[in-house]
Amino acid sequence: MIEITEVPSPFCGIGTDDLSIQVDGLTLTVIEHGCAVNTPLFEQAITDTQPRIAGQAVSLEAAIAKAAALLRDTRYPVIGGCATDVNGMRALMALADKSGAVVDNMNFTGARNNFLALQDSGWMNTTLAEVKNRCDFLLVVGTDLEGFAPRFFERYLWNQESMFLADTSQREVIYLGKAPSGDASTSPKGQKAQVFTCAVEALPEVVAVLRALVRGKPIQASTVGGIAISDLQTIVDKFKAAKYSVVTWAAGALAYTQAELTVQTLSEMIKDVNDQNTRCSGLPLAGKEGDQTANQVCGWTTGYPARTRFSSGFPEYDPFLNDSNVLLNNGEADALVWVQAFNTQAVPPKTSLPTIVVARSGMTFATEPDVFIPVGTPGIDHAGHAFRTDNVVAIRLKKLRDSGLPSTADVLNAIERAL
Amino acid sequence: MLIKLTGGTVYDPASGVDGVKQDIYIQDGRIIAKPLEGLTVDKVYDLNGKVVMSGAIDMHTHIGGGKGNIARTLLPEDHRQDPVARTDITRSGCGHAMPSSFVTGYRYAEMGYTAGFEPAVLPINARQAHMEMADIPILDKGGYVMLGSDDYLLRMLTAKKDQKAINDYVAWTMQAAKAIGVKVVNPGGINAFKFNQRKLDLDEQNSHYGVTPRDILRVLATAVKEIGVKHPLHVHGCNLGVPGNVQTTLDTIQGIGGLPMHLTHIQFHSYGTEGDFKFSSGAAQIAEAINKNKNISIDVGQILFGQTVTASGDSMRQHCNHKFASPNKWVTMDIECDAGCGVVPFKYKDQNFVNALQWAIGLETFLLVEDPWRIFLTTDHPNGAPFTSYPHLIRLLMDKTFRNDVLATIHPEAQKMTTLASITREYSLQEIAIMTRAGAARLIGLQDRGGLSAGNWADITVYTDNTDRQKMFEKPDYVFKDGQLVVVDGKVVSTKWGTTHVVKPEFDASVESGLQKYFDRFLTMKLGNFKISDDELTEDGRGSITVHPLAN
Repeated sequence: MIEITEVPSPFCGIGTDDLSIQVDGLTLTVIEHGCAVNTPLFEQAITDTQPRIAGQAVSLEAAIAKAAALLRDTRYPVIGGCATDVNGMRALMALADKSGAVVDNMNFTGARNNFLALQDSGWMNTTLAEVKNRCDFLLVVGTDLEGFAPRFFERYLWNQESMFLADTSQREVIYLGKAPSGDASTSPKGQKAQVFTCAVEALPEVVAVLRALVRGKPIQASTVGGIAISDLQTIVDKFKAAKYSVVTWAAGALAYTQAELTVQTLSEMIKDVNDQNTRCSGLPLAGKEGDQTANQVCGWTTGYPARTRFSSGFPEYDPFLNDSNVLLNNGEADALVWVQAFNTQAVPPKTSLPTIVVARSGMTFATEPDVFIPVGTPGIDHAGHAFRTDNVVAIRLKKLRDSGLPSTADVLNAIERAL
Repeated sequence: MLIKLTGGTVYDPASGVDGVKQDIYIQDGRIIAKPLEGLTVDKVYDLNGKVVMSGAIDMHTHIGGGKGNIARTLLPEDHRQDPVARTDITRSGCGHAMPSSFVTGYRYAEMGYTAGFEPAVLPINARQAHMEMADIPILDKGGYVMLGSDDYLLRMLTAKKDQKAINDYVAWTMQAAKAIGVKVVNPGGINAFKFNQRKLDLDEQNSHYGVTPRDILRVLATAVKEIGVKHPLHVHGCNLGVPGNVQTTLDTIQGIGGLPMHLTHIQFHSYGTEGDFKFSSGAAQIAEAINKNKNISIDVGQILFGQTVTASGDSMRQHCNHKFASPNKWVTMDIECDAGCGVVPFKYKDQNFVNALQWAIGLETFLLVEDPWRIFLTTDHPNGAPFTSYPHLIRLLMDKTFRNDVLATIHPEAQKMTTLASITREYSLQEIAIMTRAGAARLIGLQDRGGLSAGNWADITVYTDNTDRQKMFEKPDYVFKDGQLVVVDGKVVSTKWGTTHVVKPEFDASVESGLQKYFDRFLTMKLGNFKISDDELTEDGRGSITVHPLAN
């Protein structure tokens, strides 16, 4: 039995890297700095170790040969999930390039809210260490931050020391739209976050008015989405009084159509605050299911985010048409490869098409796929790299145990070679 | 495999060979002396009438790291105009302003380049920079790690730590980030922007730390020299793009007190305030200072007309420049108490007075600086123009008539404000070889690269001599990388993976005790998880690390 310290997590998105994990053979126990997101995902037992074809246990070589044979006969395969580490994504991109597939990260429909705003007007963003040391006012929009990342507040807001704030417990937190699910946002001295709730669908209006107030535009209404204009003015006043305010949102939590306009309004508002003699930055929340990793690797290897098709022989990005669910539902795709090395609950979408699943050991299926190849989890079964929510920082994932499971990259590279 | 290149006219400034017919032999990836009689030559290339140089080295090109990937993500419409299809031997991707990693490697190789160096590797983003560069085929690569706006250094300066302590920190950071040089961008300015300062002159204090850019430049240039790093401190100075910044640049040269210093993309730092538009060329003054101060080297950062994207660590100046964004979208980031970045698309127009004069200022600089060993051919890819414009730029330097023909087409007021028409200099092939090969290898401190004498790695480019220098340089007949034929007639015929060039300057191990405390108190990563291990670059079976010697 050994204990491994300073373990980075690929699961929570915020790059916690202080976990202590006890390793007893193949059994992992988080003994320090676990959380509701990380602990179960680290501790989950290995069940399958053997690939299957149509439910029958086979050798890895046979499964790879079968997967290649299935892909060889396709014209428009979809590679979904795309939840793995950097090397896994590299192999996935090579396979997609060779097979003319569509690459689509499973969180992309949420992330699209950010990409459309970014690609239309841009933004001013920050990263976690800047939040930890500078943020004196945090506005959380439409998102249950502690539900998303349980240790966010402990690590990045209520940290004991910061370089530029005398007393971190004096930081102010306001929730706009959605109320927090717990008390993590309450300061160590007991100061509770202010909460201005509205229906999530009302956020476009609310955020539009907030930006108008930042710009000093007169507002005739007294409420918007059920929120008093005076409460929104409170937020504006805090932006102006703050030295370094931060606005955070999870694009996937803005679950309504054209939510990219909300992200755009927030991002343009942040730019406006920066024109009013103070600093303000955005902090989009992501980093789960390998989403940032997928977008980064797809980004440097193709130029585009991870909703890109290769069916013409070169990469073509379309954030709507390349949606794998649309392609499957409309009968446009002719095979599905599902890659999910982190989360056994994230099963492939229902389809009658030939299906190859390369996923974390323990995934169970309502309908057995044609080929299932269990792989190791990056950061547990093999070393690797993953990008955090702030996109700038890649964490070095450690190998914690010797399970003998192949990596995503091993499997996808082998399929590509066999094509 | 023994390869003989016979009959070519060799330009190898590293050995003082200037246009001499010489045979070159390649074995096991390296150039060897003429082998003993009787040894079988496996392959002979008849290079009569051809020009032979070593593989070109781009000593300042943004090819890896977060801001480049932001630039890619920002510009799908630019990629769509230049799709690159997969072939049996090459991966698909996209080109133009900020090409995909694979296309970056292919297109550099297809112009005869065999190495590129990313000049702005943020320590905290170094992993990404190396991972991106690991997906650039054919080229060797390396990075200059960015310091000077990191809070750790500024805290050291405020605490009046001695030079030895700073040297240890710089050396430790270079090793942790796997770098071959040290860069400073808007010294202290990226940090000051986080405190809401919007400009920072050479002698202006950071409002929190009380430290000036001049202080930062001095301690970093000293550190780089004292820890034995051959590449001088690589400086993107204060006030980028600001009219009148020529004085800042001249003061920066004076202020460094004779220490080795490389001033990068100096074109953007050579602006006066004369004339009707209060914007004028400072190139003559800059060139005079460069000619006089042998401790200074520069690269130009030439702009060329057309759409591109600027990606810089200089969040302060990029935020200010966003009003020129074309198309109108832009990104800035504050990054990890380490640095920042700003990405702003630009469309340089020949009928825009400022852009036209920027073009002329860059060319004036090339032509007025006398020593080709201390000036380097860059567009600060992609900031002044994409690297694919190098052959055009070489023609502008080598062909006075062509240059003057283009000059006659730019904004008429800009024509009046430049001395370009009166400059008769034309670069020789040997001077081009110095700027893009031997000089670059020497400046970076690369051992066994940038030359064609025995012992060098066989990075070799063969051109057909052509008075149209653009045609000549955009389509080499052959390119060899480590002895492997990778390009024929300007097209990739095989691929391989280059190495990552680093140096490993020594530091006192005790430096980590202070850093450990700092990481635990203020940063978001454990010190042990921050340091990049060798196996991160090599474990995929493609990468390798080449450690270069330090100065004595």
